Amino acid sequence: MRHLLSTADLDRATAIHILDTAAQMAATQSREIKKLPTLRGRTVINLFFEDSTRTRISFETAAKRLSADVINFSAKGSSVSKGESLKDTALTLQAMGADAVVVRHQASGAPHTLAHAGWVDGAVINAGDGTHQHPTQALLDAYTIRRHLAVAGGAGGGGTLDPSGRDLAGLKVAIVGDVLHSRVARSNVLLLRTLGADVTLVAPPTLIPVGVEAWPCRVSYHLDDVLRAEQPDAIMMLRVQRERMGAGGSGGGAFFPNPLEYTRGFGLDARRLALLPEHAIVMHPGPMNRGLEISADAADSRRAVIVEQVANGVAVRMAVLYLLLAGDAAEPKLVDERVGIA
Amino acid sequence: MTGSTRYVLRGVAPLGGEPTDLLLADGIIAAIGTDAVRAALDTDVSDRARGMAHAGSDTEAVEIDGAGLVALPGLVDLHTHLREPGREDAETVASGTRAAALGGFTAVHAMANTTPVADTAGVVEQVWRLGQDAGWVDVHPVGAVSVALAGEHLAELGAMAASAARVRVFSDDGKCIADPVLMRRALEYVKAFDGVIAQHAQEPRLTADAQMHEGIVSAELGLTGWPAVAEEAIIARDVLLAEHVGSRLHVCHLSTAGSVDLVRWAKARGIDVTAEVTPHHLLLTDELARGYDPVYKVNPPLRTAADVEAVRAGLADGTIDIVATDHAPHTREDKDCEWAAAAAGMTGLETALSVVQQTMVDTGRLTWADVARVMSSAPAAIGRITGGDRPQGRPITVGEPANLTLVDPAARWTVVPEVQATASANSPFRGRELPGRVVATFLRGRATVLAGQAVPQADAGSPGAAGSAYPTTARNA
Amino acid sequence: MSSGPVLPPASSPAERWAAPSASTGSRIVLGAPEIGRALTRIAHEILERNRGGAELVLLGIPTRGLPLAHRLADRLAAVEPGLDAAAIVGSLDVTMYRDDLHRHPTRTIGATRLPPSGIDGLVVVLVDDVLYSGRTIRAALDAISDLGRPRAVQLAALVDRGHRELPIRPDYVGKNLPTSHGERVWVLLEETDGEDAVLIETAPIKGESR
Repeated sequence: MRHLLSTADLDRATAIHILDTAAQMAATQSREIKKLPTLRGRTVINLFFEDSTRTRISFETAAKRLSADVINFSAKGSSVSKGESLKDTALTLQAMGADAVVVRHQASGAPHTLAHAGWVDGAVINAGDGTHQHPTQALLDAYTIRRHLAVAGGAGGGGTLDPSGRDLAGLKVAIVGDVLHSRVARSNVLLLRTLGADVTLVAPPTLIPVGVEAWPCRVSYHLDDVLRAEQPDAIMMLRVQRERMGAGGSGGGAFFPNPLEYTRGFGLDARRLALLPEHAIVMHPGPMNRGLEISADAADSRRAVIVEQVANGVAVRMAVLYLLLAGDAAEPKLVDERVGIA
Repeated sequence: MTGSTRYVLRGVAPLGGEPTDLLLADGIIAAIGTDAVRAALDTDVSDRARGMAHAGSDTEAVEIDGAGLVALPGLVDLHTHLREPGREDAETVASGTRAAALGGFTAVHAMANTTPVADTAGVVEQVWRLGQDAGWVDVHPVGAVSVALAGEHLAELGAMAASAARVRVFSDDGKCIADPVLMRRALEYVKAFDGVIAQHAQEPRLTADAQMHEGIVSAELGLTGWPAVAEEAIIARDVLLAEHVGSRLHVCHLSTAGSVDLVRWAKARGIDVTAEVTPHHLLLTDELARGYDPVYKVNPPLRTAADVEAVRAGLADGTIDIVATDHAPHTREDKDCEWAAAAAGMTGLETALSVVQQTMVDTGRLTWADVARVMSSAPAAIGRITGGDRPQGRPITVGEPANLTLVDPAARWTVVPEVQATASANSPFRGRELPGRVVATFLRGRATVLAGQAVPQADAGSPGAAGSAYPTTARNA
Repeated sequence: MSSGPVLPPASSPAERWAAPSASTGSRIVLGAPEIGRALTRIAHEILERNRGGAELVLLGIPTRGLPLAHRLADRLAAVEPGLDAAAIVGSLDVTMYRDDLHRHPTRTIGATRLPPSGIDGLVVVLVDDVLYSGRTIRAALDAISDLGRPRAVQLAALVDRGHRELPIRPDYVGKNLPTSHGERVWVLLEETDGEDAVLIETAPIKGESR
């Protein structure tokens, strides 16, 4: 694994390895001394073209906990401005000697271009590109689901049994919201499927992309039906943008008549919460629109793991940084070391 | 130069038929057939002996060994972007037309989306003159339909038609004439001077911020989709408008199976519509977007394999009348970036004939005679340049202007954009091996390309044909 | 150097992976009985040195240090009254503290689990299979200092093959094995490899020293 650009590039073994490594990292984060010397001397650059304090801080924390040096570069570029291009920025960073570049960009494919254009030498980690992929979010989501649910039988309260080495086979996950514009949805559908889970997308028809027929998941326009019939073990609510919901401004291009109708049809409220099985967990990548896609009741319920997702994000990103940076750069493959080399 | 060089083409196969000899002299095809050519040459010799020199007879004719070569009428491109005035960093009339000659073309129609836009007689005459001065091909400027391509007010179509450039093709290409009333007016207006509106069919609101074909690949890549219906809906509307007002319509760069069906239906109804397809839409699909390499970003976008098959079938059965390159050069900065920030467009003048040979001739769907039709006579007819002072797209018969290109169909070559004549390197065929090489191109009997190389146009100001109606600067003809 | 009995062909993939091939000239230096006796002796030495098993914690370094730590704990509990073997064993993964990470392909991180008593104020006995350059133990000491403050740290190694690169010495050794750099020492354990044996392999294998 030389870069992390898309969950499509992760096979089952690699995905499980990342989750297991994240578990070890998480263990270190409950100590008093949370810092490890592992990536001492390595430089990680956060290259964020899109505003995102949460994700950037999460990556920064992860890098610093592994003793790497962190440089934050925030370049707010509009898609039309050619002032400082992606290429020029990358070449500047290369001159600073980056071992890894964590990039968030509004253009789908920008991290792929960065990784393959030859402008930078280091590892490229996609922190979210346009509507394409957000692989570390999907990994922390899978980690969270596994921690709570992946015990024998597939359902059961969490945390006491060690889920190392396990996948998500037999689990059912519902992803609800603006799938069309969601990189989180795309990353999750692929990764959850790779780990053996069953995924159902729930959204109004206007927010389901043409071409979804090729995705390894089910699609439904009716949230209540999915809750009753499938009894998902985890429900993931996607953030919905008010402007897209016909709340003024988008004219005929709104995807929905108004936010209220959206919430009525697709919002997770107390009534829908009660339809879920006892053990089910409620997830959200954040930031939440309380009252739009998720009610305050649901967000604050004991089944919501939204805050824990954030903590898990640091452990998962520590794992990704470790796996991409710690080993021999010329031979960047994962090795399950078994031999007693003396 | 006291006279133009004469050429004897030995053993070429006109339209892929039986090999024969051709004599090009005084700007026309002077003789066809070994005996006729010899007789014509002997006449010249005896005229010289008797002191009756006439233009061109004081030098020996240049012999070209045409064994294995196919002779086609000079190709005519109905859709090219020469970028001058305004974007000379990407291409100039000189560099673009030189590339065209190397691609076997003797005439190109230069689209109007320059800076300033070609929406007045002044700008179109400027482009026309630049083409003349360069001397590689005949440049026929296309006039904009709306002022500044804004899609609001009709431009001075009449003035452009009456100008020295004699514009007959009008297009807002780059943008769609979306306002149905404006389109109706334009269709009606050009009837007065036998003009044609060439529509870039792309409903703007359905394609807001679109990046690639809307389908399975775009859903996966997270790139905003450009649905086929945005092209088809406009074509459907425009063919009915053309029928209603009794005008003719030309559809630019048709790319979808649905569009082919619509044009087929319209023609069956007797509507005067013509359509073009680009070489890249005959070969490439949206799968190429997977690497996010913007060299594959184009408008209309690359479509699915089913669409590629449909346009090939449409070209083969005549539903699609012509191949047009939509040659769209872009500077490196405009393509060396992330997909969303990149310009849309591909170069094509130097690869067009090869791609048509690979996809249509070598597969048996078109003969060379068909190629002559779709790449020379039909586009010339649509552009209304088959007559007048500088006819193009004429048949290869005695007395016709010597606009010819010689192609070696057995040759194979690999596309290296950096060595192409076009000033830009955004070819989607980089690294591909293609069949067929243009060996020579003649513009009214003057060689613009010989042995696959461009011939420097030293005296480019002179039109190279006796009896031209166009005024030249005062010099000895 | 006598060429002793060569191992029979391994029957499981793990064994084949762990066991050197017959063609490279390996010899067994310790068999199962010798290993058992060495561990028993070490257990007694630990109890003797620390005056009993109270306030003692055994931290095995994965992979093979951990089963060794469990075996030592069992022996301590068998001799010393009131000692609960399971309650005094933990594992200490040192991967994240190593100084040679980027000279090898990425290593898998093992588990670090301290016993319920923790390590503050207790005597920690690090347990590993082979002591060589000492760098693993250096990393272990760094790891321990991030986890707590033991009263003392001692080191038990099943095999000491010499060639120390740091000032680190073991407190308890199963067997001293003088070796050359070109040789490789393999430790096989029932829990991980299906059998107990310590082997020296004479032919150099592609790879680097730990």
